[in-house]
Amino acid sequence: MTSNLIPDLFHILKSHFGDAVIQSHLSTDLLNIEIQPESVKEILLFLKKHPDYDVNFLTLLGAVHYPEQENRNFAIVYHLHSWSKNIRFRIKAFLPETNPTIDSVVTIYPCANWMERETYDFYGIHFNDHPNLKRILNEDDMDYFPMRKEYALEDQSREDKDDRYFGRTQHNR
Amino acid sequence: MGEINEKVINGEGYQLTTLDKAVGLARSNSLWPLPFATSCCGIEFMATMGSNYDLSRFGMERMSFSPRQADLLIVAGTISKKLGPILRQVYEQMAEPKWVLSVGACASSGGIFDTYSVLQGIDRVIPVDVYVPGCPPRPEQIIDGIMNIQKLVQNESIRRRHEPHYQELLKKYNISLNDIQPNS
Repeated sequence: MTSNLIPDLFHILKSHFGDAVIQSHLSTDLLNIEIQPESVKEILLFLKKHPDYDVNFLTLLGAVHYPEQENRNFAIVYHLHSWSKNIRFRIKAFLPETNPTIDSVVTIYPCANWMERETYDFYGIHFNDHPNLKRILNEDDMDYFPMRKEYALEDQSREDKDDRYFGRTQHNR
Repeated sequence: MGEINEKVINGEGYQLTTLDKAVGLARSNSLWPLPFATSCCGIEFMATMGSNYDLSRFGMERMSFSPRQADLLIVAGTISKKLGPILRQVYEQMAEPKWVLSVGACASSGGIFDTYSVLQGIDRVIPVDVYVPGCPPRPEQIIDGIMNIQKLVQNESIRRRHEPHYQELLKKYNISLNDIQPNS
């Protein structure tokens, strides 16, 4: 019974939401389902209320930046877990860099509050209807989103570090 | 008579210099440290306080967790940029005379954390008296740093806060000089 839940999941979502559910694939035993960002709230609510799935837990919400993918620059990833059925899977929605906006799921999973704030803090994703969308980990007056790939990881204010000793430049090759 | 009096009051006379030494001796052997420990250097500092290395030998029996009562700020560990203003506030709340010991590579220079979120050395927010290198330093090294602080305390003027270079240093860090009145 439980074993069919994951193989059936894509078809159940597809028959219920149609074009809002795009595709699915397995990566390292974990099912990934790509959806349209506009439908994230209704799909997550559907999974939570569904008696066969009972997806009661949002393990993680985060983002990935793909600068080279046109109109699919940010992947918003939802790791979902059903404690009673013992199944886990991922929901992904892709956003364009020009308008990185998606609905907040705080009303469905209250724990998304801080995770969405973190995603905003590091990637600049705007979550519609979030109760308190401001920086959570970085200092409040930071003026950029540090996990976007166009920004350097290293602190830019140092003069005393020799790049040769940090494996960063051609000197070491 | 008037000439002699003037020398005693204004010059660094015999009485004043011996007082310097007596006060320096007292201060250096009764430092109350405020441990501002954030990571692994803090664990080494705990070992330094523990019975094997026994920091109490240096008159540091009492760790002060109130900056108002502390003389020595021991910063041990990585300080993120978000923590910088808090560290600065702790330093400002300490009463003069005060000293700062920077323990470990992270506090001294950012260490391996050459990244956007980490302060690249606490000397960007507060003046530091002694740096202890190491990642993390052994308790012996921390004790060496503390003994260097003690040497500083013994040898500098008891009126350090009135010295022009000290005031200039604080001004460079934009730290308020409100409580520093010359000739008070």
